[in-house]
Amino acid sequence: MSSLTITNLSKRFGRKQALDDLTLTVKDGEFLVLLGPTAAGKTTTLRCVAGLEKLDSGTVALDGAVVNGLSPAERDLALVFQTYALYPRKSAFENMAFPLLARDWPPDRIRQRVNEVATLLRITELLERRPAQMSGGQQQRVALGRAMVRNPRLFLMDEPLTNLDFKLRVEMRAELKRLQSELAATFFYVTNDQVEAMSMADRIAVLDHGKLQQVDTPERIYDHPANLFVAQFVGSPRMNTINCRYDADQAALISADGVLKLPLTDAQRAAVANATDSSALIFGCRPEDVSIHADGTVDGKVFVLEPLGDRTFVDVHVGGATVRVRAAAAYRAEEGERVRLAFDLPRCHVFDAVSGLTLF
Amino acid sequence: MDTTGRGRPRFSWLTDRWLAGLFVSPTLIILLFIAIYPLIWSLSASFTDRTLLSRPDQINSVGFENYVDLLNDNRAWQRFVVTAQIVVPSVLIELLLGFAVAMLLNRKFGGRGVIMTVILIPMMLSPVVVALFWRFMMQGDGILNYYIQALGGQPVLWLSSPSVIPWSVVLVDVWMWTPFMMLIALAGLSAVPKYLYEAAEVDRAGAWFRFRHITLPIVTPLLMIGIIFRTMDAYKMIDTIFVLVGDRGGAGRAAQTAGLYVYDTAIKGFDTGVGSAYGYIMLVVIIALANLLIRQLNKVKG
Repeated sequence: MSSLTITNLSKRFGRKQALDDLTLTVKDGEFLVLLGPTAAGKTTTLRCVAGLEKLDSGTVALDGAVVNGLSPAERDLALVFQTYALYPRKSAFENMAFPLLARDWPPDRIRQRVNEVATLLRITELLERRPAQMSGGQQQRVALGRAMVRNPRLFLMDEPLTNLDFKLRVEMRAELKRLQSELAATFFYVTNDQVEAMSMADRIAVLDHGKLQQVDTPERIYDHPANLFVAQFVGSPRMNTINCRYDADQAALISADGVLKLPLTDAQRAAVANATDSSALIFGCRPEDVSIHADGTVDGKVFVLEPLGDRTFVDVHVGGATVRVRAAAAYRAEEGERVRLAFDLPRCHVFDAVSGLTLF
Repeated sequence: MDTTGRGRPRFSWLTDRWLAGLFVSPTLIILLFIAIYPLIWSLSASFTDRTLLSRPDQINSVGFENYVDLLNDNRAWQRFVVTAQIVVPSVLIELLLGFAVAMLLNRKFGGRGVIMTVILIPMMLSPVVVALFWRFMMQGDGILNYYIQALGGQPVLWLSSPSVIPWSVVLVDVWMWTPFMMLIALAGLSAVPKYLYEAAEVDRAGAWFRFRHITLPIVTPLLMIGIIFRTMDAYKMIDTIFVLVGDRGGAGRAAQTAGLYVYDTAIKGFDTGVGSAYGYIMLVVIIALANLLIRQLNKVKG
């Protein structure tokens, strides 16, 4: 397995800047997930690495050796497509044998290798079937098998689970993670599903509008988002945000309508002092970092309840803003009921509304 | 007139079913007269000694005699050989050429639409018109021989040498119907998803390997359909040959196909009964052939 280094990669499609000065490293044996919304440039990045797309500028290097000029075949990478891209009129076996056949392996070695991989993927009983005779999950495994038979230097995966139903997706997440660690393979995995990213990645790279937003471990991405975009994109339900200003006299964060008022610590005050404009701040807190509590400091009115069995989400109106609160499963309240909210301030964030960057 | 909406409407008998039948009936009646009636009439004629000049009381049933005579007649079989000599090369060349042109056109480039339209023109012309201007070009002092001589070659007896005539017919058929094969092949080629080629490229498959394992398997069923269409069509070809070299298929009956033989026997030879019988032999042969091809098609469709 190899490491991948992308340096200053830029790519335009006509007027659209698909990738803007992207620099990213995937370490040997690492599971790196490139996460971002639709049209963020994720697939373009992958295709540039695979050699299916020409770069405008920048370099792609495997184990430190630049491969810009090499064809997809010469790069010796495996690519798993969102659509699986299985050869339609060939059996699962023939599909998996294809890369080896193209490399002129002898038939008995091909048979042995394909069976090996099929056993690992638990698809030995499917080998005679054609793609049309297999379910999405099975096709996905065959596509994976086709990538695995030849020990590529790097696995590139383009939203491989997107076309599967929810249950299979959950199963395959665990399966992929298991395979990756068993093979000690380097995975460069693209998805727009933050749950996939959180559950599988060693590190997550968040991409938006062709620009890299943050690269870090899932925990760090979740707890310490670099900016407002990352904070809102990762986590479900998404982070609550309230437009605020900093009032130096009261040393507190105050929402536009004055209903929310949160006193800040010295360290937080120091962080807020870095803002471009201290009257244009965004307060952010995840639903689990705020609770409905008699000792709460902020007044709110229950708007709607969303019981999910293991927990209940409560939308609370705080002045003009709505704050989604994660409450116990048994929590019940009437619409319009007055409640008090307690914010776990050390876990909350304040963003610079102008630059989008995290202040704390 | 009943304007109250109560009581029996005037067209109450005109139910949806009746109306549907009414609309279809003109076509049905025409079809009945130009297809079904002649079919049955000729089938019954094939078992008689009917000629064009027979009075009704002179017509006798002869059982399978016409069929037995024809199946024992070498000249009758020879017509099928001639037909095959024209059909097989025509369809094969159209297939290869059409596919090749489709491969060339299966990409984006300036003027593609114009080129496509120009290429499709031969297919849209009437076979009689096509045969007529090819006849002019293929005449002894025609433009084809002019260019052959200008390039230092010997003039070719396109329309008078028995060994050349079948190939002249093939040439005209190829010119006219290659666009059809091209169109079908192009439909097949554009149905191949681009990501399959990319997957193969990543899998290190060469161009030939990609063609052989991705393009061909996907395009083959469509090409088979093209082959079936063209085979059946070329098999019953009359008009082109008729105009090109005459109703007997030219010198030595070199291009007298089975279809022309029916015409020669039944119309020019006045032998309606035998001609009808030969027509039915043709029908059985083409049904058998079509079935074979369709079985192949189902196999490649897998």
